[in-house]
Amino acid sequence: MAASRDKFGRPIVVVTGMGIVTSLGAGKKDNWAKLTAGESGIRTITRFPIDGLKTTMAGTIDFVTVEPSSSTALTEKLADMATEEAVAQSGIGGKGDFPGPLFLAVAPVEVEWPQRIEVGRAVGKTDITIDDVLRISGGGRFAQYHHRFMFGSVAGYLAETYGTKGSPISLSTACASGATAIQLGVEAIRRGETDAALCVATDGSVNLEALVRFSLLSALSTQNDTPQAASKPFSKNRDGFVMAEGAGALVLESYEAATARGAQILGVLAGCGELTDSFHRTRSSPDGKPIIGCVRNVLADAGMTPEQIDYINAHGTATPENDKMEYLSISAVFGEHTSKIPVSSNKSMVGHTISAAGAVEAIFSLLTLEHQRIPPTINYEIPDPAILFDVVPNKARDARVTAVMSNSFGFGGQNASLVLTREPA
Amino acid sequence: MAEPKPPNSPPEEVWITGIGIATSLGEGLDAHWDALNARRVNVDEARFAPYIVHPWAPIKLDAQIPKKGDQRQMEAWQRIGTYAAGLALDSAGVKGNQEILGRMDMIIAAGGGERDVPVDLAILNGYVKGNSSPVFLNERLMNDLRPTLFLAQLSNLLAGNIAIVHGVSGSSRTFMGEETASIDAARIAMARIASGQSDIALIGAAHNGERSDLLILYEFGDFNLKDKFAPVWARTENSGFALGSAGAFLVIESRAHAEARGAKPYARLTNVVSDRAQRKQAGEVTKSLEGLWSRLGRLEDNGALITGATGVDPVTSEEKAFLSQHPGYAVRATGTMFGHTLETQFPLGLALAALSISRGKLFPPNDPTGLEVEMSGPPTQIVVAGAGHWRGEGMALVEAIK
Repeated sequence: MAASRDKFGRPIVVVTGMGIVTSLGAGKKDNWAKLTAGESGIRTITRFPIDGLKTTMAGTIDFVTVEPSSSTALTEKLADMATEEAVAQSGIGGKGDFPGPLFLAVAPVEVEWPQRIEVGRAVGKTDITIDDVLRISGGGRFAQYHHRFMFGSVAGYLAETYGTKGSPISLSTACASGATAIQLGVEAIRRGETDAALCVATDGSVNLEALVRFSLLSALSTQNDTPQAASKPFSKNRDGFVMAEGAGALVLESYEAATARGAQILGVLAGCGELTDSFHRTRSSPDGKPIIGCVRNVLADAGMTPEQIDYINAHGTATPENDKMEYLSISAVFGEHTSKIPVSSNKSMVGHTISAAGAVEAIFSLLTLEHQRIPPTINYEIPDPAILFDVVPNKARDARVTAVMSNSFGFGGQNASLVLTREPA
Repeated sequence: MAEPKPPNSPPEEVWITGIGIATSLGEGLDAHWDALNARRVNVDEARFAPYIVHPWAPIKLDAQIPKKGDQRQMEAWQRIGTYAAGLALDSAGVKGNQEILGRMDMIIAAGGGERDVPVDLAILNGYVKGNSSPVFLNERLMNDLRPTLFLAQLSNLLAGNIAIVHGVSGSSRTFMGEETASIDAARIAMARIASGQSDIALIGAAHNGERSDLLILYEFGDFNLKDKFAPVWARTENSGFALGSAGAFLVIESRAHAEARGAKPYARLTNVVSDRAQRKQAGEVTKSLEGLWSRLGRLEDNGALITGATGVDPVTSEEKAFLSQHPGYAVRATGTMFGHTLETQFPLGLALAALSISRGKLFPPNDPTGLEVEMSGPPTQIVVAGAGHWRGEGMALVEAIK
């Protein structure tokens, strides 16, 4: 049996359960089949009217419905589905009795338009003022909207349903949130606070206002005519990311606890790294230093060299800036080795699941290790000559993969990277 | 990034070396100390009548946020927080120290930013007047939302602004989830330092109480204090909280790190614990607080306790039941002086605990019901407690460094 501690003397952290929902489908099996077939989950939006919008497509999850409908309720349902799959696979604890804390990456919550309009209509007159709205808001008729739109509501539901221990954490580091949730779980196990952690990341927030907000920042692709082809990471004609929904859940355990109970080990969380960019609210530092530092930090935390990484699961949003900066930063760290490492973007198929992306892509990275097959970057017809990655264009590729780096870089400067391996070092 | 510690080494001691507070009572430690000793309360009963709020005291933002462009990019809650974070960095003596700021970890607790209320109201009026064609909302949002407003609303952009304005850039994590978000931020930042995963961290939160959109959210649950201000413990007949405006940040670091750079501590952060009662039965919050109390560590008799009690029932009554099991403790409710500042209430309590310990005196009671009593000697231990208005409970133990 391998040692239960890594070369730094810390408990080794392994994955024993995974669950996933994306616009490609529910569950690992369906998602992996479609992802490696190069299918896209992006489609024209039917959830709300798209008239007058600059972007009219997204990776919405239309096969799941919730009543009463809200982004927060869908976010919760997606998290529930992913968590159920992960906990069942791991076989940990008893029903509703997960033996560790919950770390949940979730989008910020607020009252949404259908509810706002319902309250406005309840005033019962025209020319309503904010005082009118305030006066009819109390008395209990809208009490459920207070409960629904608490930031802690999704984590609270999961904590009660799965019986996680202690105060559940809800967190946001923008597009890096999913990776941060995993990192918090890894750190808690390494500190010896717990033998297990439930790390979940979820995002069901393709609603009108969220789409408009990203659109007004000119962050979204407007290639609406062929939605499946809109997300073009690393291509010369990329023009922005595609909003998408999804959830990923991982059961993390110490290697010692997992082997003691005879659990199947799906992979190892060998390292986590982060470094903040203080340059700008939406743009990364032009010298790439924060991303370079983040990538160096994850390698140092894993105790690995660039040559030991066989595949990079890129952040690869398909915004003009991100993909360029990602190439510059990765090549600064990996040097001549850069061109030898396959680098693909799941976002070409599932879109950008924002708060969920870090966990969704960590799961795809673990499935890459399990199946020894690298998912492609689709829609790669016109290479960007400034980005010399081997992007695994358009078709999945069989390969020997022992270690994967998964990168997440967010608005607001939050960068986080993970290194995942098949076996403990 | 801190060097990995050898396994099974003893935990690092965690010191509070920086405090930054900017609230409805003013800015900085001296102003707060004077206001607390004068039992000052700053409420506005008129602007949102019948609802009561504690407005942020006017200050000159340039002192901590020198670029007007940065100020314009933020909404009030971010300005309050970025300002208070700057005070904390100044207080710790690390402002502008690129070597330390570049590896300082940050865990911020945040809600969301203010909506553009006139835009929302115009849209609502369109609906009630029957202008609601299927594309009405699309047109209004595309045309009326300010593009940069999103960045002033995103929860993680308070941390983003602190990184941009002050250069704190080791790591940046934002916890959400109302009152407990900041309790868990303190708990995890402390655990990381104690275990050697981090050397120095900035923790805290900010809240702007002068927001009609928040009043509406809390009015859904009948949580707002109405008509007349009363201290927290005197709200039995008229339960509720008055939204408060405050930024509260602390710099915490390992004792070894503080000593190596010659930093003077205000107090030690000995422990932070949290839990989440489901609150389906009466008495669950009392039980949860008892459980946390028993996990804090060795407590002396006749100590002090600073609570973020909201004044909302049933949770505040349950907290009173817990307090009644610990007579002899000098209790102070920050909700009376500062209002309820959600995520900010707990770091505000930590800040006032560390301040009191460093001044060798607990600030006086402000409570006509007699629950809060005078404390004669200098406090050596202060428990900081918080029970969320809806969910979540937590406690910390702040101690004098002897």
